[in-house]
Amino acid sequence: MSLIELADVRKAYRTGSLAVAALRGITLSIPAGQYVAVMGPSGSGKSTLMHILGCLDVPTSGRYQLAGEDVSAMSEEQLAGIRNRRIGFVFQQFNLLATMPAWRNVELPLSYTRTGRAERRERAVTALGRVGLGDRVQHRPGELSGGEQQRVAVARALVTEPDLLLADEPTGNLDSGSTADILTLLGDLHAAGRTIVVITHEADVARRAERTVHLLDGLVSGDSAAPVVAQ
Amino acid sequence: MNWRETLRTGLEAVRSHRLRSALTMLGILIGIAAVILTVGLGEGASAQIQSQINSLGTNLLIITPGSATSSGGVNGPLGSATTLTVQDADALASRAVAPDIAAVAPTSQTGATLIAGTRNWSTSVIGTTPGWLQTRARAMAEGRWLTAADEKNVADVTVLGPTTASKLFGASDPLGQTVDINGVPLEVVGVLKPAGESASGSNEDDQAIVPLPTMQQQIGGSRTSVDTIFVEATSAATLSAADQEADTLLLNLHGVSAANADFTINSQQSLLVGGIGVMNIMLVSVTERIREIGLRKALGATPRVIRRQFLVEASLLGLAGGVLGAAVGLAGALVLPHLIPDTVAVSPAAAAGSIAVAMLIGLVFGVYPAGRAARLAPIDALRTE
Repeated sequence: MSLIELADVRKAYRTGSLAVAALRGITLSIPAGQYVAVMGPSGSGKSTLMHILGCLDVPTSGRYQLAGEDVSAMSEEQLAGIRNRRIGFVFQQFNLLATMPAWRNVELPLSYTRTGRAERRERAVTALGRVGLGDRVQHRPGELSGGEQQRVAVARALVTEPDLLLADEPTGNLDSGSTADILTLLGDLHAAGRTIVVITHEADVARRAERTVHLLDGLVSGDSAAPVVAQ
Repeated sequence: MNWRETLRTGLEAVRSHRLRSALTMLGILIGIAAVILTVGLGEGASAQIQSQINSLGTNLLIITPGSATSSGGVNGPLGSATTLTVQDADALASRAVAPDIAAVAPTSQTGATLIAGTRNWSTSVIGTTPGWLQTRARAMAEGRWLTAADEKNVADVTVLGPTTASKLFGASDPLGQTVDINGVPLEVVGVLKPAGESASGSNEDDQAIVPLPTMQQQIGGSRTSVDTIFVEATSAATLSAADQEADTLLLNLHGVSAANADFTINSQQSLLVGGIGVMNIMLVSVTERIREIGLRKALGATPRVIRRQFLVEASLLGLAGGVLGAAVGLAGALVLPHLIPDTVAVSPAAAAGSIAVAMLIGLVFGVYPAGRAARLAPIDALRTE
């Protein structure tokens, strides 16, 4: 059983009277431990796919099984629980809370579980150590560089020990040095056994993954082992 | 996320947005301080203070003839300045038609010179029904209030405001004495407790009150129409329902549409201003923090947790505003007596009551913004730049 099983997943958005098909039947299987890049031009449906993979949205039709659980028909409350336990998000915009020090940002997902405060802090500090920010625990996001902020976000994504690390254009806002840092970090995490899905439009980023899925007009147009195959 | 955790998050949010929080609290602060002072200025009796806060703040409707339309003029048929009748008031008092209305008091007002023995005093004479005392949240200092029998018998009796009583009778007991109004001798049956000035500035302690029929048939003025109808809703929560009922009923009775209504309904809602301030700021706060909400949801916060977080924040702001408002009100109560001749009596119950009311305002007006925040879809929220 693969970690992620998508069977003929479709998603249509309704804007006024116009229905726009963002995904038109995606069937995809990702085994645990794989490092996958999802590529495609804007409008190809990769953001929609990321939202569905991340349980931020549900498909209009089709089945999505995550770690054996059918999440395609879950309620909002249940989806929140799935996101909390199974998925770690890394966003392009970092999405850190500016008023909180790094460790408070990292412990945020744990505050929605039944974990006690002392343990939360301990796990947050450990996660920060894992991304090489053991000495930045008390720094606020504003006092950190872009690359460091994204590493805090990776620590936050890891702190709940999720099944899936989902990164949406994780290097889109970073300079080349920080980009290399983050890609190395993701590579290390993969080597340690993490399942990682990266949504990107940069070939450099996709090249690090062991598998690349290409989307075009809401359909899988190519699925290969890295590097990118010319269409 | 448990309550303690939520409270901590709420406190942090209030602390980290200092200016916004301060402005919100200021709205409540002014509301509460004003209520404490208005109440304290006139009334020392703590038992009445809670209901005073309510009647000053939230559950009184004032219906007046004529309608100030947006075009500027008074709309309605000829003589629209006298369109309210005793029949209107009777209909409003019907429990079956208007279940959210607790008491109704039609009033007719005129100026007159009152004569008692060798003294005379010019003041306003109010003709009304027994419901007036409750709708205006007044109380008797001595004697009795007007009764239904007074009304039925067109009794020649009057209840005086405390200022009027002392102007006419000085230190001697006014009860049982006779006052002559427009040539009609009336027996003084009671004296009101002081209430201070109304919001419009008229002196609520200087007036003579007579049964409405006595006013209409003996003292003068219109025989059918009244100047104002005071309506008290059953509670602050049913105020808008009572407003609706009164509106619908009067439109029907007068056979006019809402567009050319020949009456106007006003409510006295000073605390509401603070509440709307909280709602406004909380809505701004939801918009401003759309990304934070989206992020928290992506990380596993359920709609329930988000709603709770915003509710806690709103009531914290209400509480803080209430405490500060009470402090300012009490400080004002200490300072004011040195500046004006009136005494200011503020009981601890009034202060505690108004703080509770302030927190409640935060809670009630936080519900809508909190619901909005909880309903936000995490992706829409995260997408916002």
